[in-house]
Order: sequence, then structure tokens, then C-alpha cells
Amino acid sequence: MEELLNILREMHPDVDFEKEEHLIDSAVLDSMDIVTLITEIGEEFDVTITAADIVPDNFNSAKALYALIQRLEDET
Amino acid sequence: MLFTSYRFLGFLAALLLLYYILPKRFQWILLLAGSYVFYFAAGPSFLLYILAATVTTWFAARRIGDNLTRQRAYLKEHAEQMDRGAKKAYKKGEERIRRRWLAACLLLNLGVLAVVKYTNFVISNINGVLSLFGGTGLSPVSLVLPLGISFYTFQAVGYLIDVYRGTVPAERNLPRFALFISFFPQLIQGPISRWGDLSRTLYQEHEFDGRQVAFGLQRMLWGYFKKMVVADRVLAAVMTIVGGPEVYRGAYILAGMVFYTLQLYADFTGGIDITIGVAEALGIQVQENFIRPYFSKSLKEYWRRWHVSMSSWFRDYLFYPVSTSRWMQRFTRFVKARLGEKPGRRLPVYLSTFVVWLATGVWHGASWNFIVWGLANWAVLMASEELEPLYGKFHQRYAVRRKLWYRLFQVGRLFLLVCILNLFDCYPSLSLTFGAFASIFTAGNWEILWDGSLLALGLSALDYGILACGTALMLLVSLSQRGGSVREKIARRPYAVRFAVWYGLFLIVLLMGIYGVGYDASQFIYNQF
Repeated sequence: MEELLNILREMHPDVDFEKEEHLIDSAVLDSMDIVTLITEIGEEFDVTITAADIVPDNFNSAKALYALIQRLEDET
Repeated sequence: MLFTSYRFLGFLAALLLLYYILPKRFQWILLLAGSYVFYFAAGPSFLLYILAATVTTWFAARRIGDNLTRQRAYLKEHAEQMDRGAKKAYKKGEERIRRRWLAACLLLNLGVLAVVKYTNFVISNINGVLSLFGGTGLSPVSLVLPLGISFYTFQAVGYLIDVYRGTVPAERNLPRFALFISFFPQLIQGPISRWGDLSRTLYQEHEFDGRQVAFGLQRMLWGYFKKMVVADRVLAAVMTIVGGPEVYRGAYILAGMVFYTLQLYADFTGGIDITIGVAEALGIQVQENFIRPYFSKSLKEYWRRWHVSMSSWFRDYLFYPVSTSRWMQRFTRFVKARLGEKPGRRLPVYLSTFVVWLATGVWHGASWNFIVWGLANWAVLMASEELEPLYGKFHQRYAVRRKLWYRLFQVGRLFLLVCILNLFDCYPSLSLTFGAFASIFTAGNWEILWDGSLLALGLSALDYGILACGTALMLLVSLSQRGGSVREKIARRPYAVRFAVWYGLFLIVLLMGIYGVGYDASQFIYNQF
């Protein structure tokens, strides 16, 4: 989880990612951020997030995103 | 049968009456019949195209959906016998089958769209190249461009991809799916609805709810006001300026840009108000397509608020698949290794965004003007992205972000930028567009803005007065919307106030609306897409 938080903090140092639960709904992360994030996650965790996984439920909070990463890790 | 015709109002009145009289289980069937009557009236030959898109998408989606269901059942049944590798291999094989159905259906539907919309554009470009070498050109072909084909094709493609991704189930009933594609209020100019949104209320049984019907009619009336009082009025000046590129230069272009931006806003948002209003009167919820776009402070924000259904379509079905594709990930690694971390993060995003804006330009029309318009949008967005650190430093040094004057400056800057970009939409060629824009700085005829010349563009002083009041009213409504639904607020007022507001608006549309004076006032700008 800490690795993910580091990636997120590097993108938006002003956001408290441990508490924020509306990253998409409040437009904290835009589509360009999401793509950058997917690339970084791919390199850090060796998982492939596809376009089908890009739904607000998976990206609204660091917790939800981490759950997606774990799910993808289990599948590979 | 366009929204601004008496035929449409008669059709809608009859449909609404039948809709609430018939047994509720037949409501969606009536809507399907009504939608096909509506589309048949637009052009009998169009029916073939929409039927082909409907049947092929429904069939392919069913095959994909059935395959997914079978896969889930198989994996569940053999959960204990299969190890991780076997499951993965099985899933990969099934995925290949689904991908074939997806590719075939996309190729067919986007292929039809490409052929009817772009064949003559391709021919004219081939002829342009041939003429350079003294060759003889190809003759343009005569093809019907079915009304609304860009919208319903995108809606069908969105549904198909959603089924492929497993985010929505495949609809088993063909007539029900046919209604999703042909639902008449949104058939001609969108919004491009998603199955997950529209299907929630489209097939429900709807009790007559007087308040809901009244709200729907009120929203329609507001749309007619924007379209007939504002958009069709200012159209006369736009046509005069754009129609005489030799005469109308310099400050006229500046005025024309503002007039066209006003026309496009009132025309397109007005049309969508009518669409959403009609659906609301039927008890059906259509997603909003505009979120006060001219309150945006940057082009990026503007595209999150203008024509939302189109921009989100391109984001979900083109930008994300391209930017997360395997070859784009490979390109990212390549750039990172060669050029470093920072370019490695940005270049793939910029490349994907380029693809999206190229496609957005092409979608808007078969002309170089639209393609350059799309790429100009892309260039501004990417430049803003690159300048972001500079803006950051500026805002750290000067605390102006929350100051009203600074926000007004940002909004004004965005408005001017959109006006300039809209120029591409006005002229038939790039040379005329660039020539018109350059003349703003070279013609030096600023006096036409106040010496009465603007009164010779087909608009009288009264017309300008009505336009100013109409624009002020649209601005006031937008400001009021920030605090919730304007209709809800009006509904809470005493009867006399409500009566004055709605009957007043009705009279304004009746008395001040433009009714086909010398041009086809009934056409909406976005119908041509």
C-alpha cells in the first residue's frame, strides 16, 4: 500500500490519499492522471490494468485501487 | 420531423396521450413504434442503416454475453479440477472468440459510418493529389448520409464494448434493444447514452405524474426559447459574415466568432433541453450533456462540461484502450529508457490524446477544417499541460486563484479561445479560416463595432436587444443552476409567479421566435453530424 501511496503523492502532493474517497467523482484525478498511474502501477506491481478496469469504483480511493491491484495480482 | 416543426409537436402530443392511456406494459413498445415512425419521417431509406446497426450489434453482443456466461459457469463447475495455468489458458481461448465478435461488429458498423460519411472526402483528397501530377480525378459518389448515424453508431458501439468488458449484460430481446438505439428524442443529435444509464428507466412502466410531465414540458419550452429566440435569430448575422469572406473581415470576424459561439451554444444546448424534456415527460431519464460549459476556467475543464456524452465516449472507448494498450506500454518503456522518466510519462499520454482529438475532429465532419480543429484543441490542451508547473509557480507567488476578477479573467480567456476554435466550424476551407482570423489583426476596421455597420448584417436594433436579453437570461439561469434545479425553485413560488414565468416564456417563444425567414430555421447544427 505504501508504494501505491508514494506513486499517488508524487502525482498530487497536496492530496491526502489515505482519507480521500472521491478521487474520480471530485475530479482530483483526471483521465491523464489515470493513464500515468496505470503505467506506474504496471511497473511497480507487475500487473496489467486494462480499460475495462477503469471505473470510478476502482479509482475513487487509494484503498479501492489497492484492492484492484491485489485482485489482479491474484489472477496472474 | 424536426423538433421545431408543428408535425413534431402533433406527433409528441399524440404519443404522450397514448403512452399514458395504454396498459403500461405496452409503453416501451409504443415508444419503439413511435421512434421508427419519427425516423421514417426523416427519410425512409435511413431505416435500412439503423436496422442493420441494431441487428448486428444485438447479435454480436449476445454472442459475447453468452460466451461470458458460459465461461463463468465452466470455471465455477471445474474450479477444483483446473489449476491457475489451465484456467488462464481457457480464459484466453474464450477471450479470443469474444474479441473476434467484437472486431467483426466494430468493423462493420464503423465501416458503414466511414463509407457513408467519408468516401467523398477521401475522393476529393485523392483528386487533389492526382491533379498535382496532371491526372484526371475520380467522380464523387452519391451516398445517403442517414440522419443521426454518428450518434446511434457510437451508442451501439459503446453498448457492445460494455458487454465485451462485462460491465453490462447483453440484452436478449431484439425489439427492446432496437428501442435503445432508436429512442426518438436523442436519435438525431444525442446525447450518446450508455446502456447502463438509459435502460434503467427506458423499459420501466410509468404512471402518469403531472408534475413530471409539467417539468418535462418546461424544459422543452426553455430549449425552444434558446433555439428559436436566440440561436435562429443570431444565425442571420453569422450567415451574412461567413457568406461574404471578401467583404466581412477584421472586426466583423471578431463579432462573427462571438455570434457563432452564442448560436452554437443556444442551438445545441437548446436541442438537448428539448430531448431531455421530452424524455422527462415520458418518465425517462436521459443523462445531461452540458454542465454550464462557459463557466470553465480552462479548455480541459470545458471539455469535461461541453458535450459530455461525446467526450466521455472518446475517453472510455478510445483514450483508455489506446493509452493502456500493450503497444503503448511498450512505447512508454522505450521512451523512458531513451529519453528519461519525465518524457516517458508524458509522451504516451500525449500520443493517446492526439489519437482521440484526431478522431474527435474526424467524427465532427468530413473536412480538413474539422481535423485541424481537433488537432488545435489537442495542441492547446498539451501546451496547458506543459505550462502547468509555470502556472503552479505563479499561483504560489500570487494568491489570485480565489479572487473574483481572476476567475472572470479565466472564464473570459476560455470563452475567447473557444470562439477562435469555433472559427474552423464556420468556413468551408482552411485558407478561408486562417485568412479570416488573420484579418482581425490586419484589417483595422474596429469602427464597425460602433458605427452602426453591425445593423446591416440582417439584425435590427430590436434583434440585438432581444439577443442581449436572451443571453442575459441564459446566464442568469446558469448562475441559478449552481444552487440546484431552477424549475424546482420556480415550482416553490406562488401560483401567480409560476404562471407569469412559464406563460411569459411561452409568449416570448411564440412572439419572438424565428419562423423560417429565408433560411431553414428548423435545422439544428448538430443534426449534420
